[in-house]
Amino acid sequence: MLRVCLKGANSAARKCLCGNGVPLHPLQQCRSYTSGGSGSSAGKIVAASVLTVGGGVGGTILYANWDPKFRANVEKSIPYSDQVFGLALGPAAPPPVINKPRKVEPVQISSMSEMWKDSKQPKAKEVEKKAEQPDAEGPPAPAPQETLEEASAQVAQILSAIGEVPSVPAPGTHEAEAVPPPAALKGVPAAAAKCTECEHEPAVKERPEGEVAARLAEQDKAEQDLLTSLSSNLEDALGSTAKVTLQAIGAQEAALQAIAQHTRQLREAMEAEAPPDKKSTQWRVLEDALSERSRSVDEAGAAVLKAKAELDKLRGVIDGAKHLKIAAARPSILAAEENLHSMVVDLDSVVTRVQTAQSEAKIVSQYSELVNEAKAQFQKELNSITPEIQANWKGLTGKLTQDDLNSLIAHAHRRIDQMNRELAEQRVREQIHIDSALEQQKLEDKKALEVAVSTALEHNREQMRLEQEKKVEETREVMEAEMRTQLRRQAAAHTDHLRDVLKVQEQELRSEAEEILNSSLMEKETEYRRLTQDQLDSFTLDMNAAYARLKGMEEAIDSHVIAEEEARKAHQLWLSVEALNYTLKTAALNDPTEPLEGAVQAIKESCAEDEFAQALATALPSESLSRGVYSEASLRARFYAIRQLARRVALIDETRNSLYQYFLSYLQAMLLFEKAQEAPPAKLSAEDLDTFKLLSYAAYSLEHGDLELAAKLVNQLKGESRRVAQDWLKEARLTLETKQVVSLLSAYANAVGLGTTMAP
Amino acid sequence: MANEHGQKWDRCLADSAVKIATGLGVGIVFSVLFFKRRTWPVAFGSGVGLGMGYSNCQQDFKSPYQLHGHRVKVSKSHTS
Repeated sequence: MLRVCLKGANSAARKCLCGNGVPLHPLQQCRSYTSGGSGSSAGKIVAASVLTVGGGVGGTILYANWDPKFRANVEKSIPYSDQVFGLALGPAAPPPVINKPRKVEPVQISSMSEMWKDSKQPKAKEVEKKAEQPDAEGPPAPAPQETLEEASAQVAQILSAIGEVPSVPAPGTHEAEAVPPPAALKGVPAAAAKCTECEHEPAVKERPEGEVAARLAEQDKAEQDLLTSLSSNLEDALGSTAKVTLQAIGAQEAALQAIAQHTRQLREAMEAEAPPDKKSTQWRVLEDALSERSRSVDEAGAAVLKAKAELDKLRGVIDGAKHLKIAAARPSILAAEENLHSMVVDLDSVVTRVQTAQSEAKIVSQYSELVNEAKAQFQKELNSITPEIQANWKGLTGKLTQDDLNSLIAHAHRRIDQMNRELAEQRVREQIHIDSALEQQKLEDKKALEVAVSTALEHNREQMRLEQEKKVEETREVMEAEMRTQLRRQAAAHTDHLRDVLKVQEQELRSEAEEILNSSLMEKETEYRRLTQDQLDSFTLDMNAAYARLKGMEEAIDSHVIAEEEARKAHQLWLSVEALNYTLKTAALNDPTEPLEGAVQAIKESCAEDEFAQALATALPSESLSRGVYSEASLRARFYAIRQLARRVALIDETRNSLYQYFLSYLQAMLLFEKAQEAPPAKLSAEDLDTFKLLSYAAYSLEHGDLELAAKLVNQLKGESRRVAQDWLKEARLTLETKQVVSLLSAYANAVGLGTTMAP
Repeated sequence: MANEHGQKWDRCLADSAVKIATGLGVGIVFSVLFFKRRTWPVAFGSGVGLGMGYSNCQQDFKSPYQLHGHRVKVSKSHTS
């Protein structure tokens, strides 16, 4: 836009110029028209370049969008291109391959224990997944297990570092316990085996005491925490289990009660001969009791299952707690185990009682069934004989006829015979049955006995084990106490020993340090003495040198004073000569200089004992002293007038000096043209002695500053010209003389000055 | 010394002018008094004046070179 404005301004200016018709720069105007014509093509060029640049930039951005490497390259090479790309395309996508190295790095950087822990935890998790164990003890077990192992390993290290006690084989016990493992913990010993390997690796350096104490405190705290958590766990488990077991026992008792009641009622119903209506109520009651019994039995069964599950869980928790191996938790564990055992025992006893009750009830029910069957049979027989008689035959004595009675009696007799036969048969069979039943019973009894024995054995074993555990616990405690006292004693002994050793060491070190101190002190003292002596020596040397230099300097100064004096004199001479020179310069154009007397006097004073200077000073012409001399410029200026006059009187000399000659001479001067200035030859020949020539030579010499030559040439004039130029000549001579003397003097002064400045 | 020439000319011209004027005057007087107003005394007088002036000038200009010579008789006895 600026360009457009400029163009407009230019065209307006040109128009203005054209309008005024100022033909100052016609070429420029022509050029302006041609530049106007090329303005549009310039615009085209500009547009084309803009398009090209824009196309290049756009293409770069598009390709960078497609190829991130290219984009990175461009960003690296061209500054601020990353901002442009960010504006156009958004931030560059970060490189994707980062995760794996990042994961590996922290594992590598972290300490050994951390690495060990990290490697253990994923393994434990894998194992957990593989085992598919429903217990909740898997995850917490390995974690506290790990910390405990770590703690135990560190304790082992500390112990091994402090004394020569062999390290407590924490991994060993762990491996021993790993023999009968539950399914969930199978993988953990494998990891623990790995743990043994890496556990030994950090056990290389001893930790500082503070750290040890801290670690012990940490361990204790961890143990306490674990203990509390464990005990709470146990209590919870115990409580729940106890509740459930009690429930189960209660249910079983209830079932027992129900069964007993049912049996009783059944027996009663069997044996008691109640009237029919009461029988029906009895039967109903019986049915209720039966349903009640079945329900309670079911309930009891479910409760037992639940109790069994709870007991298993409790057992699992106890096992887990046992595996943690915290010493302080043992009594609680033992107590929990005892509780568990007692609960199991109670449950089993209750279950057996229920079972016996159930078997009794079965017998009774069977018996009742048989009785019912017999009764039904009898009824059927009766019905078959006397069909019209109804079931309740007891109240039908009045209705029966004699035949009926007879048939009834016959049937009854027959029935009795049959019964007797059956009885006999039964008696015989009874024996066999009894034998077989006895046999069976024996077998069953044996089985039951075995079962009972095994359970009793189990219980006994459990009891024994518990007792053993208790005893072991007690002995362990005792041992622990003893070990603690021993360790305390050992620690005390160790501290005493350390104290003694430290005392001895302190003495030794003290004596050593004193010795070193003394020796270094002596060294330092000798060093100091030496240094002071050196310093003194160097100082003396310096003083001598300085004194000598001072002397030298004084002499030099003295000699310099003389030289200075000389120089001063020379300077004074030079100054006076300069003053003289200066007075020479004071000549105005047509006046002479100041009289040189004063300056010459000054010179004479300044060089009183210098003969040469004196001689020179006296050599000056007296006219210059009294009146001063004319400058060269004034002489030069005067010469032209002289020349004119000399030209005019060129023909006049001693022989020709009439007025007519004067007239002729004037005419000659008017008509004769010679060169104004002509370079004089090295040697003057006879024809060069012409007045006019001489004058031109002299003019040339004067113009070229050679007053001396001019004077010489003027001196060659003859006749009237000579007379006329005599004044000028005299002045020139004076000036030349004075100048010569002055230059001599200044040269002499310079020489003398140089001589003095070049002092040795 | 250069001024001398000029001075000489000044003198010369002044002198000549005076002499001419004087001659003229005397001529006029004589012409009037003695020669019945004829012009020849005026011309004569101015001529005399001019001549005197010229001669004076010449004398003035020649003056440095004027030699006053004395003829000295040289006896034969000196030259042997």
